[in-house]
Amino acid sequence: MSQLAIDPNSAVYTTDEYGRPFIILREQGRKTRAHGLEAIKSHILAAKTVANIVRTSLGPRGLDKILISPDGEITVTNDGATILGQMEVEHQIAKLLVQLSKSQDDEIGDGTTGVVVLAGALLEQSEALLDRGIHPIRIADGFDRACAVAVKHLDQICETIQFSSDDTENLLKTAKTSLGSKIVSKEHTQFAQIAVDAVLQVADLERRDVPFDLIKVDGKVGGSLAETKLIRGVLLDKDMSHPQMPRSVKDARLVILTCPFEPPRPKTKHKLDITSVEEFNKLREYEKEKFADMIKRVKDTGANLVICQWGFDDEANHLLMQNELPAVRWVGGPEIELIAIATQGRIVPRFEDLTKEKLGKAGIVREISFGTTRDKMLVIEDCANTRAVTIFVRGSNKMIVDEGKRALHDAICAVRNLVVDNRVVYGGGSAEISSSIAVSNAADEIPSIEQYAMRAFASALDAIPLALAENSGLSPIETLTEVRSRQVTEKNSKLGIDCNGRGENDMKKQFVYDPLISKRQQYLLATQLVRAVLKIDDVITSGQSEE
Amino acid sequence: MSMQIFNEQATEEKAENARLSSFVGALALGDLVKSTLGPKGMNKILQSASTGEINVTNDGATILKSIQLDNAAAKILVNISKVQDDEVGDGTTSVTVLASELLREAEKLIGLKIHPQTIVEGYRLASGIALEALQKSAIDNGKDEKRFRIDLFNIARTTLSSKVLSQDKEYFANLAVDAVMRLKGSIDLEHIQIIKKVGGKLTDSYLDEGFILDKTIAVNSPKRLQNAKILIANTSMDTDKIKIFGARLKVDSTGKLAELERAEKEKMKAKVDAIAAHGINVFVNRQLIYNYPESLLAEKGILVIEHADFEGVERLSLVTGGEIASTFDRPELVKLGRCELIEEVMIGEDKLIKFSGVAAGEACTVVLRGSTSQMVDEAERSLHDALSVLSQTIKETRTVLGGGCSEMLMSNAVETYARTVTGKKAIAVEAFARALRQIPTILADNAGYDSGELVSKLRAAHYDGKNEAGLDMDHGSIGSMMELGVTESYKLKRQVVISATEAAEMIIRVDDILRAAPRRREAV
Repeated sequence: MSQLAIDPNSAVYTTDEYGRPFIILREQGRKTRAHGLEAIKSHILAAKTVANIVRTSLGPRGLDKILISPDGEITVTNDGATILGQMEVEHQIAKLLVQLSKSQDDEIGDGTTGVVVLAGALLEQSEALLDRGIHPIRIADGFDRACAVAVKHLDQICETIQFSSDDTENLLKTAKTSLGSKIVSKEHTQFAQIAVDAVLQVADLERRDVPFDLIKVDGKVGGSLAETKLIRGVLLDKDMSHPQMPRSVKDARLVILTCPFEPPRPKTKHKLDITSVEEFNKLREYEKEKFADMIKRVKDTGANLVICQWGFDDEANHLLMQNELPAVRWVGGPEIELIAIATQGRIVPRFEDLTKEKLGKAGIVREISFGTTRDKMLVIEDCANTRAVTIFVRGSNKMIVDEGKRALHDAICAVRNLVVDNRVVYGGGSAEISSSIAVSNAADEIPSIEQYAMRAFASALDAIPLALAENSGLSPIETLTEVRSRQVTEKNSKLGIDCNGRGENDMKKQFVYDPLISKRQQYLLATQLVRAVLKIDDVITSGQSEE
Repeated sequence: MSMQIFNEQATEEKAENARLSSFVGALALGDLVKSTLGPKGMNKILQSASTGEINVTNDGATILKSIQLDNAAAKILVNISKVQDDEVGDGTTSVTVLASELLREAEKLIGLKIHPQTIVEGYRLASGIALEALQKSAIDNGKDEKRFRIDLFNIARTTLSSKVLSQDKEYFANLAVDAVMRLKGSIDLEHIQIIKKVGGKLTDSYLDEGFILDKTIAVNSPKRLQNAKILIANTSMDTDKIKIFGARLKVDSTGKLAELERAEKEKMKAKVDAIAAHGINVFVNRQLIYNYPESLLAEKGILVIEHADFEGVERLSLVTGGEIASTFDRPELVKLGRCELIEEVMIGEDKLIKFSGVAAGEACTVVLRGSTSQMVDEAERSLHDALSVLSQTIKETRTVLGGGCSEMLMSNAVETYARTVTGKKAIAVEAFARALRQIPTILADNAGYDSGELVSKLRAAHYDGKNEAGLDMDHGSIGSMMELGVTESYKLKRQVVISATEAAEMIIRVDDILRAAPRRREAV
């Protein structure tokens, strides 16, 4: 940019007090521009940095990260999406990668680390190609073709696994693979069982549908991970509204209310003027009547437990108690819905609408207390609809409980994916190695320069088994080359990295599965992102406004 | 090669650095509280930076809560000690010390180039074995009431012996056991009220056979009343507003205003009449009672206690068996509380209300006396620890032996097991045993004994089959913990091992610390 060129957007024409004109130019020094190869390379570097951070948490022997939020809150995790989501990245390309792992998380729920590592590796490979002078778009095209080959190959090597609500063996193994890399692997079997039970409880195997909102994962510090439980019902972090209400209700019939125990309050703004003593007295009577009426309506339905989204004042509280109606107040919206689903009750917005049919039913509602503090929770069990479940995670500290919740979410997602689509590929990097071989074979048949890009794609796929081997303390290249050659010579696509040192490379025998859709999604998302990054050739950062 | 992708003020520590920083933090914290462990442990003075308030304590959780920390690993340790406090109430120091010792061992192993996950694996195996050994050594006297009481007494004594109350531990142990027994199986510690009054000496503290409310009786009411029938209420006794939304008074003359005021008064009077219709002679309200209703009630010869706090009201309803009422139209349905005598008593310089001869008696009051407020505060914490442990023991009746005995037992079991483990994790299992052995070592060190000598003797004694052997802290020798009556709750010990292992595992697994830029705060 020459010194003389004036950007009309940043210039202001004005006159001084004598009417002499002059031009004010906004400072240009802060404005930066990067373009061409330089821009792409700097993006690649940023993406690599992000990938390198999460790389070490890949696989069953991957390590955790401590993330400290701006407020000093601590998170300990090895979930890729969580790490990236909480590390407050500021670089624009790094942000793209964060989005990438998030969309994998939203879509599949698992494999969030793998997708970022793969994208990082692809970009690293494309850097070498750029140096050779290959146009970025040709590279992206080559990656697309390679990705298509790899995905097609995955379809070929995948296997269908069988399961039913009685035979959950295979689902358990998938859950275990997903949990293997998390801290909860201490109670591996138990957590896998919980995840599988939870999914099967809510799943509709006919329609292959898993309604996720019926599974609630709740946690509380105390005890140990081994005390984590699956509750076939709903757990509420509330207690009875009056200390002398019964602590448990058997054969509960629940009234689920979203209106407060208060005299009705019209929506339109209004004022009620009291001008005389008679009016005052009348109003007093009306108020009393209203309360009595509300209680009567509830009582008339035959209910013996009131769940209310709002509060009620002391008088209403006492009246409820006197009428032997245990009540729970200030129950949040999502919980109310969950209770309604679980007990098959209807949410009632007005007292006038209360009828017998709208009551929810549950076998038992009881209060449980923890430790030495006053914490109490309500458990609603044996509900009319058995499909709502709550997983209650315990652990010795806050961070471990949070990580336990995330791990369970991943495992539940992995099991859900199998219910939706029961094709699997084998883990431990075996699918990547096999796809890599397939892609590099296909590359040889391509006459154009995309050939190079496809080979690069094949090498990028190797990054996953490499990282796995490295994290497991094995010599990465040696291990990979050995497994790779064995895959070719033995024609067995199930050979992968033996991360746990069991002396067995066949992932089928080690029962390491990954749902096919998860793997496929990883390849597709990573390739898409890389294409997007390669297509950017100019970044203009306008100078930051001074504050 | 990497690139700045974070905010400029964000920091990242990787691999060795991250590990170093988390180990250093955890070890520093462990060393900090180490000296308070055991009956001969020392106290710490905590001085608040903002108010300059002074706090003398040797309660691990209290110490850790008051320190401002910036180290992530140290924060995890603080969190486990807090959870230990919430869950069992005591052992907060032990859990921190054990976790930091586990990390100290892990640091050495990482120095030997052992993969962190291998260490974790070894620790998991070892903690499983340790817990198994602990469970085997646990004794359950829950069925036998007499022996169980002795157990409880011993546990209370052991807990208290490491606190400020150790001079009078027998006295306080009895007091704590009595208090917990009064709850009749309930474990809600809220029902034990601790009233602190500076003055007198520690042994002037007592468990009241009735219930004491830290309030005064209203001026016009009698100060002493026999055969009380009590209505416990939570209702507003000022004007009792109209609750209908948007209601307001609009009058056009002062005459009408006066009329309305009278109507309001009438309403209050009606309420008082309704209350009196319950046939009561004592009325306790959670909220304030204004002058007018108070005088009305006094006219009817009803003793009035106003503004009793929430817990007070709840406890009162538990002791006297009455319910907390808010409406008064159906007197026949309201359960009234009863007690034989209500009187105003003086403790130190303060007037309090004492309810004696109570009907239900599921709550009780402990009055703590002490020479300084710090002393009383620390006494309260100690007593709270003892009470929590006891209430937890009532739920889980198994007990184990203290004085380093259980730790040595576990350590030996783990060590024996280590010989059968193949692979690198065997080294980690051994390390776990060493970390467990550190607890008796620190106990002895804190008392000024020759820890090397004592602990090796203790270890030999255990290998000799003397499973009751522990450190006799009064004589500086090895003795039978069973005979000395040094007992601890099984649940407590178990939780210590579990929490410490989980926390250590969590920290060992970390290889990267990302610290986001601190949020900018508005200048104060």
